[in-house]
Amino acid sequence: MSGPITPTRTYYRVFAALIALTLVTVYVSFLELGPWHTTVGVLIGVVKASLVGLFFMHLLHSSKASWLAVLASLFWLGILMVLTISDYLTRHILEY
Amino acid sequence: MSTNHAVLAHHFENLEQQRETAAFGMWIFLATEVLIFGAIFTCYAIYRLRYPLDFEAASARLNVLIGSINTIVLLSSSLTMALSVHATRVGRQQMLLTCLLLTILLGATFLGLKVVEYYQDYKEKLVPVLAFDPDEWTQIEGVEAPVQPQRVQLMLVFYYIMTGLHAAHMIVGMGLLIWLVIEARRGLLTPVRYMPVEVIGLYWHFVDIVWIFLLPLLYLTGTHQAPPWLPIPPIHF
Repeated sequence: MSGPITPTRTYYRVFAALIALTLVTVYVSFLELGPWHTTVGVLIGVVKASLVGLFFMHLLHSSKASWLAVLASLFWLGILMVLTISDYLTRHILEY
Repeated sequence: MSTNHAVLAHHFENLEQQRETAAFGMWIFLATEVLIFGAIFTCYAIYRLRYPLDFEAASARLNVLIGSINTIVLLSSSLTMALSVHATRVGRQQMLLTCLLLTILLGATFLGLKVVEYYQDYKEKLVPVLAFDPDEWTQIEGVEAPVQPQRVQLMLVFYYIMTGLHAAHMIVGMGLLIWLVIEARRGLLTPVRYMPVEVIGLYWHFVDIVWIFLLPLLYLTGTHQAPPWLPIPPIHF
């Protein structure tokens, strides 16, 4: 990983976006959204995490090997979450 | 600046390959971290789906002010960490030291606020077993179905395990940052040898990303009482 040196201007802009999104997500928690708080919060979280990953962690200029590790971890996380949760959601025999 | 320090290890072809390997190694480690936290997040999701009202009720009682301030503190520390990488690569030693020390300071602020928050939780009887009042949870305004105290405690246990594991990662990260400060003072972090800053930065940003998801899952899952000066449109679901 020795891509181009990210200018400080980029970091400041990303930081401003992250702070703005944080204020939005906290504001949304004051609305009466009932069960939708988690969904909205996690979606905003995904955007924030992508900004951190792409710019602060330099994924934008990273090697294919680094991308492979990132995508593999997300893929495994997907298997872990989707298969486990779908099992629990479709199982009504055991009370837990 | 030290120049007699061998920058290229003998088992690498060139600096480029050495840097690629360092970054790849950290990303592999972070993949295992994703699975550690992923398992806990999955567990949380299952119970969140099972006991939605209990989890929302417990979430509404958590300290959203300290949680939000800590988010901003942690994002700021990520900015100073990213600026440290920039400073190393352009060879600005003084800026590097300042940014590293600021990152440590912000990390310490985060942990300090966390301690204050845990103490507030204790005073508000939000600690299962140690300080918890089951009776206050059986009647809560605005919650349709009765909330069960033992399920509220389950949510709180998730809160302590997730924030606790995250705090442990912060402490490790601060230890690594202190090592970076020592390296920087010895003049060993240069535009040629900048990967230690880059790789520890990757770890620090990852811990930040974990917190980015902890904020909505733990603190913002319930509806909070808005401060009186904040205009809130009347939306109801």
